[in-house]
Amino acid sequence: MRNIFKTSYVQDIRLFEHGGHVFWYGLLLIVVFAAPLVLPQFFVGEMSLVFIYAVAGIGLMVLTGFTGLASLGHAAFLGIGAYAHNYFVTKVGVPFPFALAMAGFVSAGFGIAFALPALRMTGIYLAIATLAFAVIIEQVFSHWASVTGGFRGVAVAKPNLFGWQTTSEAHFYYICLVVLIVITLGTRNLLRSATGRAMMAIRDSEISAQSMGIHIARTKVTAFGISTFITGVAGGLLAHKLQFISPEAFDLILSIQLLLMIVVGGLGSLHGCFYGAIVVAFLPQFLSLVKDVLPPSIGNIPGLQGGVFGLILVLFILLEPYGIYGRWRKTRLFFEIFPLYRRATFKRQRGYLKTERMK
Amino acid sequence: MEVLQLLIGGVAQGCVYGLIALGFVLIYKATEQVNFAQGDILMIGAYVALTLIAEAVARGWSIHLAFWLALPLTMIVMAAFGYALDRVALRPIIGQPQFAVVILTIALGFVFRAAAGAIWSTEPQTLATPFTGKKIVLGGVILGAESLAIIVGTAFLSLVLFAFFRYTRVGVAMQAASQNQLAAYYMGIPVKVIFSLIWAISAAVAAAAGILLAPIATIDPNMGFIGLKAFAAAVIGGFGSLPGAVIAGLMLGAIEPFAAAYGSRAGLPKGVPEVSSYIFMLVVLIVRPQGLFAQIYKKKV
Repeated sequence: MRNIFKTSYVQDIRLFEHGGHVFWYGLLLIVVFAAPLVLPQFFVGEMSLVFIYAVAGIGLMVLTGFTGLASLGHAAFLGIGAYAHNYFVTKVGVPFPFALAMAGFVSAGFGIAFALPALRMTGIYLAIATLAFAVIIEQVFSHWASVTGGFRGVAVAKPNLFGWQTTSEAHFYYICLVVLIVITLGTRNLLRSATGRAMMAIRDSEISAQSMGIHIARTKVTAFGISTFITGVAGGLLAHKLQFISPEAFDLILSIQLLLMIVVGGLGSLHGCFYGAIVVAFLPQFLSLVKDVLPPSIGNIPGLQGGVFGLILVLFILLEPYGIYGRWRKTRLFFEIFPLYRRATFKRQRGYLKTERMK
Repeated sequence: MEVLQLLIGGVAQGCVYGLIALGFVLIYKATEQVNFAQGDILMIGAYVALTLIAEAVARGWSIHLAFWLALPLTMIVMAAFGYALDRVALRPIIGQPQFAVVILTIALGFVFRAAAGAIWSTEPQTLATPFTGKKIVLGGVILGAESLAIIVGTAFLSLVLFAFFRYTRVGVAMQAASQNQLAAYYMGIPVKVIFSLIWAISAAVAAAAGILLAPIATIDPNMGFIGLKAFAAAVIGGFGSLPGAVIAGLMLGAIEPFAAAYGSRAGLPKGVPEVSSYIFMLVVLIVRPQGLFAQIYKKKV
């Protein structure tokens, strides 16, 4: 076990806690950059989907995992990002990277416009308001045909970077990877900053955050803006990945999948977004593989994928509320302090529900 | 006449919303858990009734006997289901953040939908009831017997629930548990059992809503999505108020047909009628974040 002797507060908010992190993250970086050279085409494509989901997951994590505001409608912001990105690229002719950023800003604009009135609500009311927002936006996608192509949807061309037309899966893989790294580092930095720590303070206790001088409304709107910006960028990438966007692509199921991702990965940790993205991106492939083995009476259930997603979510909430990342931390601690591990270390606190009717 | 006709249809639909919303509010009021699977419990209830009635009719019983036997039987079966659901899935996470319950029940809804698809197939089916196809003409307004059954059923259930909470020991204990869990526990109320009972009642109400809804809709695994609109009703009603839920349900039910009938004539953009209930809910939430009949008090620090 590594003991870190802390001599200053700055140590608490360093980008890398110790040299070991630098080594392992460096190694990971080399592996993901070298992966397309070794992996078959299909896996490269699937990996880029993982990266896009991870970006979207980070977006939702900023809001739900770090600020404690649940959103059941984040698919709408993915959709806004996707349509805006496609609009800027094809109709306006903005170069790819700028269009992606602008898609993020459009999405953030919607997010902030929604957040300003919505922040009077808390908890479940906010969650249901985001859900209603997503349903309304889906109708807008269907009926604003001049921009979105209506029910028929629009085809999305492969990205073109300042005249360099990308062709293979590997090119797109690298684009997604770079975006993911930028977003991850940006979010990591945000969480180390005063704003990020204010968000976490609000998540843990709104009243104590307020009494420490944190401007609650401003911080929440900031969280909404940043979250929807990141989600919008992910939407722009997703448009290229899907190659065809239509309103049904951004329905309630996608919102739930995003939630599933961050819960299964581990709420309140950036690592969780990545674990969750891997699960959500590979589960459909895994299911279609398993289907061939299972008897047809089970394999051909229409809602099988949704059911399996739901079952995984139920099991995680009941048995491992800290997600995959939490499980990994427990396992690591078990080996680090080997014979001394106590189950109570991570025991959930039993408590009576704090009523939300008292504000 | 057209207005009256639309209103009757809207009220019948609104009663269904109100009944489902009642189920939401019952659970929320007592346990502060939000049950997003309410619509899917309704769906399962409708399927159970369908199976029971089909079984009885196959044995040569009359449709009247089959229906009036299946109705209470389904409610009992679903009450047991609700009790078991709380015991197995919800009780272990008592005291966890509300968000955990929201995700858990959404996930349970997905599981129920897949299970229903596997057991009863995904083909839409219709439920035969004694009311099917009968009409009453009253001064130029055509009244479907199904709609009338819904309105009467809702009124009856609301009254029963009101009496239950007001006059029975268990009902009063439920009110106590909802106001302060810890204090109720100290007074000797078995809070955990009370919670399970609330889930049982709520599931039974959902089953009744499902049976009443089935004649004017079709039964398929996705019929639970009606729960989302009922949820809007519960939110508009203030989420802690039983009459509020029913009234808001009626309002939503009345708004929809009018938006559909007059929306394009009034120059509303396409697609607005479909989401009119959500727009109404957002407006209410923005103006009064705690709903129309709120029960939120300022915390004293």
